Amino acid sequence: MRAGPARIALWAFSVLVGFWLIAPTLVVIPLSFTDKASLVFPPTGWSGRWYTNFFTDPRWSEALLSSLQVGALVAVVATVLGTAAAIALTRSGSRWAKSSYGLLLAPMIVPTVVVAIGVYALFLQYGLLGTLLGFVTAHTVLALPFVIIPVTASLRGFDRRLEDAALICGASRWGAIRQVTLPQIAPGVVSGALFAFVTSFDEVVVSLFIQSPYLQTLPVMMFASVTRDTDPTIAAAATLIIVLTTVLVLAATFATSRRNRVR
Amino acid sequence: MTALIEIAAPASGRRPKGVGGRWGLLLLPALALLAVLFLVPLGLMAWRSVTDPAPGLGNYSWFFTSDVALATLVRTLAVGAVVTLVTLLLSYPYAYLMTVVSTRARIWLTLLVLLPFWTSLMVRTFAWVVLLQDSGVVNQLLGTVGMGPLQLIRTQAGVVIGMTQVLMPFMVLPLYAVMSGIDRRLLDAAQGMGARPVTAFLRVFVPLSLPGVGAGALTVFITSLGFYVTPALLGSPDQALISQQIFTQVNGLLAWGRGGAMGVVLLAVTLVLLGLVGFVLRFTRTRGGVR
Repeated sequence: MRAGPARIALWAFSVLVGFWLIAPTLVVIPLSFTDKASLVFPPTGWSGRWYTNFFTDPRWSEALLSSLQVGALVAVVATVLGTAAAIALTRSGSRWAKSSYGLLLAPMIVPTVVVAIGVYALFLQYGLLGTLLGFVTAHTVLALPFVIIPVTASLRGFDRRLEDAALICGASRWGAIRQVTLPQIAPGVVSGALFAFVTSFDEVVVSLFIQSPYLQTLPVMMFASVTRDTDPTIAAAATLIIVLTTVLVLAATFATSRRNRVR
Repeated sequence: MTALIEIAAPASGRRPKGVGGRWGLLLLPALALLAVLFLVPLGLMAWRSVTDPAPGLGNYSWFFTSDVALATLVRTLAVGAVVTLVTLLLSYPYAYLMTVVSTRARIWLTLLVLLPFWTSLMVRTFAWVVLLQDSGVVNQLLGTVGMGPLQLIRTQAGVVIGMTQVLMPFMVLPLYAVMSGIDRRLLDAAQGMGARPVTAFLRVFVPLSLPGVGAGALTVFITSLGFYVTPALLGSPDQALISQQIFTQVNGLLAWGRGGAMGVVLLAVTLVLLGLVGFVLRFTRTRGGVR
């Protein structure tokens, strides 16, 4: 593959593929600034009216608030449960602790629609459809793997002799974890929390089943809007999601890479 | 995804067993939540599949004798296979380029794969709805090169285009991981023995990269089976995939038993394929040269 033409062909092909990967997302952003009430690309004139519409239409702004609220709660709950589980997984030598690792990651692999109808059946029975509790618990299960993976990775890089040193110096077990271990693995925990938020913020399938007219998340509103009409407000919603998730994922990646540099 | 899991597999405990036992308690809250909101729902779905509307295996015999249900399963597998093949054809050269360029260029190529990876599925599917619509950009471009407007949205082609773009990171990343571990001197050796560069590539590099192909292809295929949003918005309702059928059975027709049976079948297919992934990964690790 040292030959010139082959290399050029490879580059040309890959640039096209790269463009095809990135273009769809980039189309959405200019579309949200169109002045027409249709989703025609490229837009012929510019206006911020769809953003005004997004923030003044209670259906959209309430969906955004619900998404932020659910996402924030999921980030907290999943991070606490996931970090505790990750500590147990890296410390406990017992066999059932090891096999529960696979179980905790299973929601990542099982088709979401299968989880969704099960959760729907359960929530229907106990009146949890369209409740904050329902959304937070269901999303937390899906987000747990995204906390456990980075935190487990951080813990594997953490030198346990530091904790032993704290114990020798008279710290309690919990004190050593809180004052020595947790600060050391903080980047992993932070990136886990951010990924948990993004997982919840993006989740559609389970949310479609457990929604009610009283509680809908932003992706659910978007799904309904795509099937119903061609209101460019949806492009504004999509752009807001792109900006928010990109910032959070970059922050999470930065947190992880900073850990690698320090070590 | 599986690559991610492999990387993060926990270290085996170095501590004595006695200390290990108590740490297990920290697992309980997460496991309790998982039991209530994952295992119970799956069990409930399986239970309904054999009790609703009447006890027995009626829903399964319906599934395996109904032309519509079977066609849906076959269609889902076929779309998955096409998506996997297209993804592989696009990803293989791309991943190969990633292994031969400078670090700087590689960072950019990786970024192009990772950015869509983290962009919301709903957002990307919406973008494809806009691009593929009858008056959309793709059809405008086709118009300028003299090809009439094509029906892209509400067709299987639209579903394949959308799903391929969404799933490409799952193919590129394992391919790159395996390819970057291949010792290039093997290619030089083959050429030193008189092989032409193309022959050396096909007979040395390609076979060594097969574990990456296997892992990537299975991951893409498995993930494609569970897709709901993309086929629901880009596909046509009368050519529904299995996830859409499950949704319709449960939410539209309130046929819990049938929806549950379809869910169990989908889950079973997924688990069997996952077993294959485990096998491929173990195979990868035991091959000394590739690491």
